[in-house]
Amino acid sequence: MRRLPTWLILMLAAFPATAAPIRVVASFSILADLTRAVGGDAVEVTSIVGPGGDAHVYQPTPADAGRIEAATLLVANGLGLDDWLRRLAEAAHYRGPIIIASAGIGPLLTGGAPDPHEWQDIANARVYAASIAAALEAADPDRADLYRQRAAAYDAELADLDRSVRAAIDTVPSVQRRVITSHDAFAYYGRAYGVTFLAPVGMDEESEPSAAAVAALIRQIRTAGTRALFVENMTDPRLIRHLAEEAGARIGGTLFADALSPPGEGGDTYVTMMRHNTEALVAAMREN
Amino acid sequence: MIIWDALAGPFIEFGFMRRALVGVLALALGGGPIGTLLILRRMSLMGDALSHAVLPGVALGFLVGGLSLPAMTLGGFAAGLFVALASGLIARLTPLREDASFAAFYLFSLALGVMLVSLRGSNVDLLHVLFGTILSIDDAALILIAGVATVTLLALAVLYRPLLLECFDPLFLRSLGGAGGMIHAGFLALVVLNLVAGFQALGTLMAVGLMMLPAASARFWARQVWSLAAVSIALALLAGYAGLLLSYYGALPSGPAIIVAAGVLHLISIAVGPHQSLLMRYRTRGV
Repeated sequence: MRRLPTWLILMLAAFPATAAPIRVVASFSILADLTRAVGGDAVEVTSIVGPGGDAHVYQPTPADAGRIEAATLLVANGLGLDDWLRRLAEAAHYRGPIIIASAGIGPLLTGGAPDPHEWQDIANARVYAASIAAALEAADPDRADLYRQRAAAYDAELADLDRSVRAAIDTVPSVQRRVITSHDAFAYYGRAYGVTFLAPVGMDEESEPSAAAVAALIRQIRTAGTRALFVENMTDPRLIRHLAEEAGARIGGTLFADALSPPGEGGDTYVTMMRHNTEALVAAMREN
Repeated sequence: MIIWDALAGPFIEFGFMRRALVGVLALALGGGPIGTLLILRRMSLMGDALSHAVLPGVALGFLVGGLSLPAMTLGGFAAGLFVALASGLIARLTPLREDASFAAFYLFSLALGVMLVSLRGSNVDLLHVLFGTILSIDDAALILIAGVATVTLLALAVLYRPLLLECFDPLFLRSLGGAGGMIHAGFLALVVLNLVAGFQALGTLMAVGLMMLPAASARFWARQVWSLAAVSIALALLAGYAGLLLSYYGALPSGPAIIVAAGVLHLISIAVGPHQSLLMRYRTRGV
């Protein structure tokens, strides 16, 4: 047998860890970010529903099926948010593991159905990250140590984040911790950090609003004395501006609920997203 | 007192209801006379075609300037005017008749508009923006609608006689040559202007409803052109008021509620209006 050329031996010795990254596909941007945080350069993560997209209403495309076919690991949230991932995996003849990141966390029930937005409580996100790390270790045992180390470091970062969110919320007197929002994603956040999220009366985000709905919301703001208003994605953004003006409320800006922001818009990783949301909530609740 | 509370209370308690009512009044003032003339000139469906033709311009305005009222208004006006004038021109230069040419252009325009809408891949659903709601009229939109109503009434005062003659002698404007063409173009511009104003408040599909339904109903209440226009204005205002109350008490979307109210008024007019309604027809036969 011929000896290997010297340059090849040198190269292999110089870059022992540059095995090709494993491909992981996550159903939406927040899971992709958690996977990236745990996997680092050892994983190449793609998100099927990108930043700013809505995983609830995703429509599969052939390109997505292709990406899934080439993946080593799929990461889903579960609890009905991204059931389409399993169907897509079957359609793409994907035979590898699918990890359900929310597995093992007892969900809150809203109207009888489990609420899938568990990541809004940082304690849950730590469970997500640990589950993802375990799945990466199983899928790529050669780099198990790396994943374990990164997961431990990220867990510490999330624990810090959790403390800083609590500290920020604590600066608001507890009677003022009330917010009106059309997002239905904050039940876990509310439970974990002691903020009451009121749904806007009568408003829903899809249909054209009626005069009754607008009037009911104005009355609600007036009587509840809750001036912090996070209502978006309305049929017409002008309507909510207008309504806030009339009711004497203050529009609190953007909350990232189901997806990260596009890069550079203040919520492009899980950690910055939680910071951004907390800052926006605290600023708005101080006005109550 | 209870009836008073029920009928006026929502408008006293909420500024947005008052604003919507003022918006309807302004729309009625411009749209009533325009709708009447469209019907008398046998161009009823032209308004519908033009209201769709506005879409790509508004979409383009949105793509360029975002949710800016001037950009969307200007775009919509330009697109509507272009379709109106191009259809007229083609009707004169080729054997294609004006209505066929209108149909072709507005379908083309509508498809182009929907295509442009889908270009914007962001979360802000442009379609939702395009289907404006009268509950969200702000000061700028209100000023725009009122301005359009003012311009319309002033321009109609100037063009009244030739337009009127054209209603009864469809070849009159053609016999005037170039001046006739200008008057026709001016009238079409007024139609587009009113549609763009209505579109801010009611969306493309509904804007034309507040223009045509009361004008069609007026036929059963009045005989002269001026009184037809006056009745159209009154009926449009009544429909707006009733529709807003319907939206308030019935929790129904405001735009369709207003047009449904106009539709109900239309059915009532057909049934019991004093001029050639079904009731009158039955009575004269009975005598």
